[in-house]
Amino acid sequence: MSKIDIAVVDYGMGNLRSVSKALEHVAPAKTVLVTSDPDDVAQAERVVFPGQGAMPDCIRELDARGLRNAVIAAAKDKPFLGICIGLQMLFEHSEEGNAAGLGVFKGSVKRFAAEDMVDSQGNKLKVPHMGWNQVYQVQQAGSQPHALWQGIDDGARFYYVHSYYVQPDNEAIIAGYSNYPNKFTCAIAKDNLFAVQFHPEKSANAGLQLLSNFVNWSPS
Amino acid sequence: MGLAKRIIPCLDVTNGRVVKGVNFLELRDAGDPVEIAKRYDEQGADELTFLDITASSDNRGLILHIIEEVASQVFIPLTVGGGVREVEDVRRLLNAGADKVSINTTAVLNPQMVKAAADRFGSQCIVVAIDAKKVENQPFEWEVFTHGGRKATGLDAVKWAEYMVSLGAGELLVTSMDRDGTKIGFNNPLNKAISDAVEVPLIASGGVGNLQHLVDGVKVGGADAVLAASIFHYGEYTIREAKEYMAKHGIEVRL
Repeated sequence: MSKIDIAVVDYGMGNLRSVSKALEHVAPAKTVLVTSDPDDVAQAERVVFPGQGAMPDCIRELDARGLRNAVIAAAKDKPFLGICIGLQMLFEHSEEGNAAGLGVFKGSVKRFAAEDMVDSQGNKLKVPHMGWNQVYQVQQAGSQPHALWQGIDDGARFYYVHSYYVQPDNEAIIAGYSNYPNKFTCAIAKDNLFAVQFHPEKSANAGLQLLSNFVNWSPS
Repeated sequence: MGLAKRIIPCLDVTNGRVVKGVNFLELRDAGDPVEIAKRYDEQGADELTFLDITASSDNRGLILHIIEEVASQVFIPLTVGGGVREVEDVRRLLNAGADKVSINTTAVLNPQMVKAAADRFGSQCIVVAIDAKKVENQPFEWEVFTHGGRKATGLDAVKWAEYMVSLGAGELLVTSMDRDGTKIGFNNPLNKAISDAVEVPLIASGGVGNLQHLVDGVKVGGADAVLAASIFHYGEYTIREAKEYMAKHGIEVRL
């Protein structure tokens, strides 16, 4: 069996073509495999965990394919990038369908609260939060700026589409935030893991830069 | 600073080419879809919408091929619409690289298809397109039309929008049949009525003739995104110029 550089975890929810195409674009020499086989996830050098749709369905489909343990293991021991629901599923619990997550991190996933959805001029803000919002990078205490933010301006815009956001118990893992209208966590980082709420695969140059940073990342 | 208002160029595709018609007559060739998509991406388009306007299903394979090619070179959201009849059509378009699929006539003929598609693929990828026209002989102001604006449905556009969102539409693309191709600006009262009635984002479409129309679409019509075709295709304005104009008028955009 040939070496798998990057496994994109496929649990049957939505469209993974965008993610794999963007990875192939930034890393033409690497093998990118979209797979639902836990062995592939275990053997791959790097793992991308994307997600679309509703979290309860995502967890159910993940389990149906026997991928839960492989994903949890990868999140602990190799370069790992979570995207959108792939970030949300790492937490303990989501308000969406009152679902339990994988529990890699303590904390919960919350819906944008209807009563908060007005901007400073009193205009109504829509849910889903859809479109390009500014991402502010958070430098973790005593460390260098995270390798995955390299070459990306603080405040660069990334493409979002979601109605829920994560609220980690441990604020030390927060690596980025956006405002809608209140500040919410849009990126987390811990050791070998980085996960984002926005879609780097759909965020033009800033997104491609982040994916390129991930493909070349050697977490210490 | 927060979420930017989006500018979405719309590419009407037939027989593998981008075309622009005047009231659906006299289709003019505007170029190769992949080249145009790349150019708009470079100019800073926030998303791209492709409408497959080929009437026959013979060419269905062609739009899939185009989407595949665009999706491997352009890394911004792609919406595809035109002739989407069943859940399987949605799956095929998403697999080809579309991020969202726009459903129009089928939503009226079979509203449960919208629900089935949203349940299966998520609301984030289901756009319902609403073609509306001002009417005099109804208890409401704007009526939904289908089949490219030829068939009246008896449906109130605002109520219809609410119903579609309740079934799972994640975004609405609202086209004013009265304004389409006229270059006199969006139908802002229509857009405002729908935008106020629903929680999901609204894309305004139909009637853009100049950059002030884009500003009015957001400020007066309450649109979250503005869609236009001809002002961009023939080089009257670049996307960049449109965004700079909007920014100058106090609208947050991605520059």
